[in-house]
Amino acid sequence: MATATFRELVLTVNGDRRAVAPGTTLADLLAALQLDPRLIVVERNREILRDRATFDRVALADGDVLELVHFVGGG
Amino acid sequence: MATTDLAALDTPCVIGGRTFGSRLMVGTGKYRSNAAMVAAIEASGAEVVTVAVRRVDLDRSKEEAILHHLDPSRFFLLANTAGCYTVEDTLRYSRLARAAGFNEWVKLEVIGDQQTLLPDTTGLLEATRILAAEGFKVMAYTNDDLIMALRLEDAGAVAVMPLASPIGSGLGLLNPYAIRTIKHRLSVPVIVDAGVGTASDAAVTMEQGVDGILMNTAIAEAQDPVRMATAMRLGVEAGRLAYLAGRMPRREVAVPSSPLTGMLG
Repeated sequence: MATATFRELVLTVNGDRRAVAPGTTLADLLAALQLDPRLIVVERNREILRDRATFDRVALADGDVLELVHFVGGG
Repeated sequence: MATTDLAALDTPCVIGGRTFGSRLMVGTGKYRSNAAMVAAIEASGAEVVTVAVRRVDLDRSKEEAILHHLDPSRFFLLANTAGCYTVEDTLRYSRLARAAGFNEWVKLEVIGDQQTLLPDTTGLLEATRILAAEGFKVMAYTNDDLIMALRLEDAGAVAVMPLASPIGSGLGLLNPYAIRTIKHRLSVPVIVDAGVGTASDAAVTMEQGVDGILMNTAIAEAQDPVRMATAMRLGVEAGRLAYLAGRMPRREVAVPSSPLTGMLG
């Protein structure tokens, strides 16, 4: 099943579908999106990923639903 | 011009074991620009600033991220759960806010109705209980209802935040009696949140004896937010000092201020 290894992963990032290469880590994704991990909070499949130091070891999986949130103006 | 040494005339505002430098707390929403927001917040003298948790807009994240504009070492970031209509959403947003890593405080809102934005107090009470047990310092946005305020205190809220009038309405303090009663009966601080429209509203609200006011729209939507933020700072201080000073009694008849003796014959 060598072809499966190269099939791209389809994620849902903030509500939009996004295809990434197999083996992509969370840190890779944030870098590609030009996001500073210190300024955002990541929720993956409804679970908050608190330890930013581990983002480069979080391998993304096909079908992952990611929410990337931050603070904006509000009352 | 004489300057006021507030520290000598008032006690510090302490909430949840933390001392805050100002009794005025401000929101960061609805400003015409980020520069206008920063200038107004500086003028307000507020230490606590509220922020909302939202998805990163992947096209314009730097523009909207509040941390690109406000220094979190200078201001106390109080995350809100504005826009949440269910307990589940409220818990989710609160936990995401805490994971941002600044503090464990949350201004808890569970909205019950889109038109009035009035709080769903049953949901609020449930969410307060759960989050307080998780170690959150909950400031609960609620109605001006004494019984619910007491229940929220029992549930572990570090402050109760009754409204003056609906969010963004600018109608001012609709029920001074209710706010005064809540303040008399609660042990935790009472911070009036929402509805203040102008500086006199802020002063009248503080004259009820509450510990502070949180506002956003009144400053953000003023023609000149810096002037209004300054007016609000002074209004809060004036109302606070007037409360501490203890006002004269109201009388139905006039009492002369000048001597009745020594009049010409």
